[in-house]
Parts: sequence; structure tokens; C-alpha cells
Amino acid sequence: MIRVVLPQHLRTLARVSDEVSLDVTPPVTVRSILDALEQKYPMLDGTMRDHVTHQRRPLVRFFACGEDASHSPPETRLPEAIANGAEPFFIVGAIAGG
Amino acid sequence: MSGVRVLVGTRKGAFVLTSDEARKHWKVDGPHFAGWEIYHAKGSPVNPDRIYASQTSAWFGQIIQRSDDGGKTWSQPGFGPEEPKTTPDGMPKTESNKFVYDGVPGTHMWYDGTQHPWEFKRVWHLEPSLTNPDHVYAGVEDAALFESKDGGKSWSELSGLRQHDTGPKWQPGAGGMCLHSILLDPSNPQRIYVAISAAGSFRSDDAGATWKPINRGLHSQYIPDPHAEVGHCVHHIALHPSRPQTLFMQKHWDIMRSDDGGENWREVSGNLPTDFGFPIDIHAHEPETIYVVPIKSDSEHFPLEGKLRVYRSRTGGNEWEELTNGLPQRDCYVNVLRDAMCVDSLADCGIYFGTTGGQVYCSADSGDSWNAIVRDLPAVLSVEVQTLK
Repeated sequence: MIRVVLPQHLRTLARVSDEVSLDVTPPVTVRSILDALEQKYPMLDGTMRDHVTHQRRPLVRFFACGEDASHSPPETRLPEAIANGAEPFFIVGAIAGG
Repeated sequence: MSGVRVLVGTRKGAFVLTSDEARKHWKVDGPHFAGWEIYHAKGSPVNPDRIYASQTSAWFGQIIQRSDDGGKTWSQPGFGPEEPKTTPDGMPKTESNKFVYDGVPGTHMWYDGTQHPWEFKRVWHLEPSLTNPDHVYAGVEDAALFESKDGGKSWSELSGLRQHDTGPKWQPGAGGMCLHSILLDPSNPQRIYVAISAAGSFRSDDAGATWKPINRGLHSQYIPDPHAEVGHCVHHIALHPSRPQTLFMQKHWDIMRSDDGGENWREVSGNLPTDFGFPIDIHAHEPETIYVVPIKSDSEHFPLEGKLRVYRSRTGGNEWEELTNGLPQRDCYVNVLRDAMCVDSLADCGIYFGTTGGQVYCSADSGDSWNAIVRDLPAVLSVEVQTLK
């Protein structure tokens, strides 16, 4: 199972209180995680990436094992620690705006 | 016993204020959607328990919320805890967040005069149908009109507006290129008015399929052609249900009036100390009594002399009286935004407005005296009131 930590506002929308677990069909990538996340929590559709283009929203960031995965192509394989659930995949609202 | 329910959208959530018809003692409920901007919330005139809200964030985009119990509980349409999340084949069952322009979005004029792609940003205004609680319109930035006929579960664009020949000439105002006003004619279900900053006002006589600019008579010195067909920064428009041919407008500068469905406008700023401002509204029982909140200027968005004053005209414009009883008359530097004023329809008409300083004021006597319902909310973006029987 893939573990995903959502920012507070998206936890509220998804009606979850903690990190979420997802079945993700390999390869485990940013795209496959977001696909699975939106499938399980369709109310999050459009909150992390554009509905149509799937471009990341500018103030949303993705982190895997301490590395910023936001700018990598979304089909890039994520580290094994994410794929085997040893480490969570973080979705973060950028610190911006005051 | 009758009463009122005031729906307040703020920079950091929504609040529901309720009172009996005396409007002296208030119950404050909220924040709902804490931490999110609530640009607008409005109830259905058919079913007052049905309320739609626009929840938005620069981080996470646009969310539509709906209440079916008068604002006590909310859910994203189609995503209530009792509703299935997906279709049998696993696809998302509803798309209440999804606002996608019809066809190729095209371009509009950018601040520097170049063409810029239309990009959806947020819903500024939700206007429920006068006859069907599941039918609701959404005015959005970048300017377009959407509608939902399934209670907000899915949205489609009425693209004849954005695809009007003048679309490439529309330009954003300082607050963005927003469609902020939607007026439904109660005497003619085919007629819809909208206003856009900074394109102007438009009218449809075929339920939103096709549109025409209705800006004749507007004069805007800050654009290359002050009398242009489009390009005017209209801040808000209002109509009285008993006289839907008569429209009132707060333009960037100037208070305007039309008596022929927007075909021709004339200025009625009269003796106002300044005619810059954002909201304009009409007394529930007196269609010639209108209210504005003059603001010093386009570069100083606060009341003249630090005195918060509502101005009332009982002659349909031109002759204005200041209303100050109960409002701060020194050191007040708040603004009142375009959707942050409304009226109830109780026998003694109530007037309400919210400020960027977080106050929501109520007058239970047509503006003669005012009281603050709340004083310390986040900056108020919108105020709507429901009169409950």
C-alpha cells in the first residue's frame, strides 16, 4: 500500500483525519498516485492538478523521501521506499501568501 | 414567526447569522470551510434550505458546496456521505468542482494589450434559479457564465457570452476579469443580465444562448474610447423584481440607471460626495429607493474622511442622503465589496452590508439606523440574506 499525507484542507475535503493508504498499480509515479487518489477520493479531483491538462496546480508540491518531486515528469518512478510504503508520499500546500 | 438568515462569505470561511424579525439579537454560526475563501453563498428562492457556496483557494482551486438544511451542514454536491463516490465502472460520479470552458477557450486582452488565454480561476457569484432549486448559475473568473441543472453536481458553460465577438477585447480589472453580477428577470425567464469587470454589462433574451453588450450611455475616461461598446469596469448591477426593465449600476466611477433593460444608461450620481464604489442595491418595497457606499477613489479604497456612510436615494438617483446613525464616523478605513450588500423583504426592509474590516452591519429600518451584527470576522467578501417565513 502507498501511504499519502495530504495537506489539512484536502484532508477536510476527503473527510479523512490522517494519512491515507492507496492501492497503486506499478510503476509508482506521481501520476499513478494522483490517479489512485482521485479515484478513491473524487472530491479531490481538480484540487492538486488541472482537471483537463493534469498540470500541477502552482502552489501544490509533491515530496518523496525528502526530495521535491514537483518538477520531475509525472511519470518518473518514485523511490522504492514510497512504492513499498516504508515512507509516505507528501502532498504539500506551498508556504505562500502570508 | 418570520426571521432572517444572513450568509456571509469571508476571506477565511463562511458564517451564517440568524435572527427573528426584530433583527436585534443574532446567533452566529461558523466558520464553515475554515481557512478557505468563500466568495459567495446564496440560497434558492424556491427552497430556502438549499444554499450554494463558492469555496476557493489559490492553492487548491474551486470547490462548490451545498447545504440542504439551511446552512447547518454542507457537502460537495454528489459527494455527501450517503452518496456513492463512483459509477459502477469506477469513474467519478460527479464533477462539482469541474469548470471547463466550452471548446477552445481562445484569448482575451491582457493588461499590456496583448492577447492572453482564458484561464478559469474561481467562482465569484452563484445565482440560484427563480423556479428550480437544482438550477443555478455561476459567474466565474476569467469571465464566463456556467450553469448546473443537477444541484451543482456538474457544470456547463453558456459559451455564447464568452464567445461574443467582443470577447477578445475584454480586459481584467484590478481584481481580475470576473463575471460578478447575474440578474434573472422574474417576468421573463428568457432574460438574463450579467456584468463583467472590465468588459461591461450584457443581456441575453434567449436564456443565455446569445448575448449583446448593453453599455450605451456609459462613459469611462480611463479607456481609449470612453464610449466604447465594451471595456467599462462595471462593479455591480441591481434590479427590483417589480420593475425588471429598470437597472441600477455602480460603475467604477458613476452611478447609472437604465429604464429600458440596459439599452440606454444615464448617470444619476447627483449630489454624492464621490461616485466611486462597489455595491448597489434596491429597497425591497420601494423600487425607487437605492443604496450605495461611496468610496474615496479608485486608488484609495476607503470611505471619505474616515466616515463610513451609506447613501440612500428615494428618487431613483440624483438626490442622495447620507445615512450615518450607528456607523463609525471617525478613523474608519474599510471597504465594502461589490457583493457585500443586500436587502431582506420583511415589512420593515432590512439593509445589510459587510466590510473588509470584518464588520457586518444591519439596518432594520431601511437605513435610518445601523447596528453591527458582528465586528471581527475576516474580511467580508459577500453578504446575502434570506427572509424566512
